[in-house]
Amino acid sequence: MSLSKEKSPQVLKQPASYKLPLIIVNLICGFIMLFPLLYAVSIAFMPSSELFNMDLNLLPHNPTLENFNAALSKMPLGRFILNSFMVSLAITGGQIISCSLAAFAFSFLDFQGKDVLFMLIMATMMIPGEATIISNYLTVSAWQWLESYKVLIVPYLTSAMGIFLFRQFYQSFPRSLYEAARMDGCSNLRFIITILLPLTKPAIGAMAVYTFINAWNMFMWPLLVTSSENMRTVQIGISMLDSVDSKSLTMMIAGVVLIILPSLSIFILGQKQLIKGMFSGAVKG
Amino acid sequence: MPFIELKNLVKIYDKHTDKAVNQLNLQIDQGDFVVLVGPSGCGKSTTLRMLAGLEEITDGAFYFQDQLYNHLSPQQRGFAMVFQNYALYPHLTVYENMAFSLRIRKEKKADLDRKVRQAADLLELSDLLTRYPSQLSGGQKQRVAIGSAIVRKPQLFLMDEPLSNLDAKLRDQMRMVIARLHKSLQTTVVYVTHDQVEAMTLGNKIVVMNQGKVQQVASPAWLYQNPANMFTASFIGSPAINFLEVEMVKRPSGYQLISGNALLHLSDQQGERLARRGFDRSSFILGVRPGAISTVPADSDADMRVKIVGRELLGGKMILYTENAKSRLTVLTPVNYDLVRGQEIGLCLDLVKALAFDPHSQENLFPSGPAQADQGRQDQ
Repeated sequence: MSLSKEKSPQVLKQPASYKLPLIIVNLICGFIMLFPLLYAVSIAFMPSSELFNMDLNLLPHNPTLENFNAALSKMPLGRFILNSFMVSLAITGGQIISCSLAAFAFSFLDFQGKDVLFMLIMATMMIPGEATIISNYLTVSAWQWLESYKVLIVPYLTSAMGIFLFRQFYQSFPRSLYEAARMDGCSNLRFIITILLPLTKPAIGAMAVYTFINAWNMFMWPLLVTSSENMRTVQIGISMLDSVDSKSLTMMIAGVVLIILPSLSIFILGQKQLIKGMFSGAVKG
Repeated sequence: MPFIELKNLVKIYDKHTDKAVNQLNLQIDQGDFVVLVGPSGCGKSTTLRMLAGLEEITDGAFYFQDQLYNHLSPQQRGFAMVFQNYALYPHLTVYENMAFSLRIRKEKKADLDRKVRQAADLLELSDLLTRYPSQLSGGQKQRVAIGSAIVRKPQLFLMDEPLSNLDAKLRDQMRMVIARLHKSLQTTVVYVTHDQVEAMTLGNKIVVMNQGKVQQVASPAWLYQNPANMFTASFIGSPAINFLEVEMVKRPSGYQLISGNALLHLSDQQGERLARRGFDRSSFILGVRPGAISTVPADSDADMRVKIVGRELLGGKMILYTENAKSRLTVLTPVNYDLVRGQEIGLCLDLVKALAFDPHSQENLFPSGPAQADQGRQDQ
């Protein structure tokens, strides 16, 4: 991790003739990968009559917003998006705080059983979420937590992955800075707030984007612990568009496009941080 | 009562390895500039970190002004430390870096500003206060690090090889800066280095360490003239002292030393001192500084004959590496381009200041009185 403000070394310039084929290949690969997404956006603007005929209609001939209207009228999408936002934001905030504090302890403090404890936390990553979901459900239902924000948020307030990610970051943090801060009379908490957090912004950004998208895409748990429309998140809401009686593919896809937008925009805003964060620490910078 | 007292200080990192610091005893007076010097891994940095509170003290006691400091955290101790790699906060300006410890102490704004600017003046950093550490050169960074340490006027200054990341010229300049600071601030300093030049020029009390043990505590001059053992003798002084295994015989003309084809004459006083300790029958180690050896043509009357195997020019002086069947000798002489590799020459050894060591205990056989350290300091 580069702590100084200097820029990363410039990539050696290659001749344009060498670059052009690379760009073309990249564009083709990108198009192939993005095709389903682009096609979905296109379908969302199509009247259903255009989708179900024998011609291959890649683009709508008579673009319409009817599908979006139908999707919005069939379910309270605004409420779902609000719910998802609140839950995702709370989870993101909670994970950043809890994971950075735990990772701080694992990389800067010395205490008995540190390695064993860390191994235990890492081991929890091996257990698939589905394996614990029933016992978790029984626990929260016994606490009468069902149908609430807290049941959606509290179980996800920390994560082994987050602790691991932060710890990797802190491992490459110069230890002498911590020692210097302690010699300056700095407490651990103050060190975290005034030194560590400002200097590990890339890690926090990466962690935030990663956690937010994961929380936004949560499906199983919200499906299990919420049933009222007031508490549903977008991912469950979207599945409500699919009913046996009236199947409208264009409307469903319009709904999907609507709920992709927030997570997509978060990713676009945070992608630099995400990639920087994911790969920093991989090599000594 | 000493300002700082270390009693039987021990540090063990891992039960299966040797002690990093072994039964270290040391007294430091207020205003002392103490230099811990030794090869890497000798425990000098560990000792410093134990003083700072960054390492736990495994055993022994650390008294600061008669108070036991073993279990105080670095914050509670309130010492200042300068690190080898500067340890500046990269996201703070020079001003904020220097003000950081004062802000933690909730210093009033006006006082804080005055103190930071004062320290900046002292270290010629006034024009750099708004810069970030990445915009500074190595020497400037180290000055900022020293500035951050002096702003809060600590009672004890700890420096962990602060100059070893700088180039030779800057190191000389910074050495002067540190010496000047010590003079003007009169603070007690404990300084760690592996560089004997730094140790000799900065310290008034040098602690030579090896393998976790203190070898000798003395003033620079005393250390050079009266090393306690072979390790100190070879560590202090550049180029390093020569060791020759010799046997002493008493002739009517006086005491003679024999080593291979070499025949050396020892003064009666030195010879008798050795004879009294029984070394007229067994061999011992003679220590001769490279500067006490002079070269003569091979066919003239010389103490010993050697072959030149290497030559290094140091500007005004020259180092010759020589050897014969029995021994190797380094010679420091005025530059003479006629002396070339492979040439046979004769050497004359001036034994007036020669040292003698016990081949088993490696101790100096010409020890001086017990008050050596203090006496040495008065020489200064």
